[in-house]
Amino acid sequence: MTDIFFYIFSILALACAFGVVFSRNTVNGAMCLIGTFMSMAALFVLLEAYFLAVVQVLVYAGAVMVLFLFIIMLLDVKESAARKTSIYTWAASLIGFGIMVIGVVAINSAESIKTKTANLPVAEGVNLKNFGYELFTTYLLPMQVTGFLLLISMVGVIALSKKTNTQ
Amino acid sequence: MIGLEHFIGVSSLLFAIGFFGVLLRKNTLVIYMCLELMLNAANLALIAFSRYHGGMGGNVFVFFTITVAAAEVAVGLAIIVALFRKRQTVEVEELNALNN
Repeated sequence: MTDIFFYIFSILALACAFGVVFSRNTVNGAMCLIGTFMSMAALFVLLEAYFLAVVQVLVYAGAVMVLFLFIIMLLDVKESAARKTSIYTWAASLIGFGIMVIGVVAINSAESIKTKTANLPVAEGVNLKNFGYELFTTYLLPMQVTGFLLLISMVGVIALSKKTNTQ
Repeated sequence: MIGLEHFIGVSSLLFAIGFFGVLLRKNTLVIYMCLELMLNAANLALIAFSRYHGGMGGNVFVFFTITVAAAEVAVGLAIIVALFRKRQTVEVEELNALNN
C-alpha cells in the first residue's frame, strides 16, 4: 500500500514540477508548484514526518504560495508569452539537466545507498513533544538565531517596500 | 519495498527539474519559484536520510530550513517588487544595468 502511494505522489510531484518549468502562464506555474508542495507533504507523511508535513502545507502551500500569487497578480506581467527562448538557452539548460540526471543515476546506483528496509529502525522522537523538547534544549541557539533572522527579514522587507522620495 | 534510494531519486530529480527551470526561464518570478522547488527537494532528501538513519536531526534541520525559506521568500519578493517599480520589467534579459 505504501509503495502505491509513494509512486502516485512522486509521479504527481515530478509532473507538477515540469508544469512549473513549462507553463507559459505564471499563475498556472504557481498552481503547479502548489501541487508539487502538496505531493511532497504526502511524501513527508510516508516518511513519518507528520509535523513537517503539516508545516509544509501551512507555510509553503499556504503562506509562501499566497505571497507568490499576490505578487504575480500585482505585477501582472504579460509579455513573457511572446518572447522566444533561443536555441542556445535550450541547449545549455538541457545539458545542465542531463548532467544532473546522470548524477542522480550515479548516486542511486551506488552500493552504499541501498538500504535493507527489513531492519529499518523504529522512528522515535519524531512526535511533536520530542520535537519541541529538542528545539528548546539541543537546538536552542539555532532557534534563537532563526528568531533574529525573522526579525531582520521583517525589517528588511519594510525598508525595501517603503516608497522613497529621495530625488 | 520503498527504500532510501527511491526517495533520494525523487528528491534529486526534483532538484534537477528546478535547476532546469532556473536555466531555461526568463521570468524572474518563475526562476524564483524554481529556486523554491530546489530548496524543497533538499528538504525531502534530508527527511529521507533522517528517517532511514533513525534519528531526528534531519527533521529539526528541515524545520529551520522552512523558516529560513519563508523569510527568504518575503525578502526576495520585496526585492522583485522594488525592481519592477524601478525598471517596469521582471524579464532577466532586460535587467542588464550591470552589463559592460
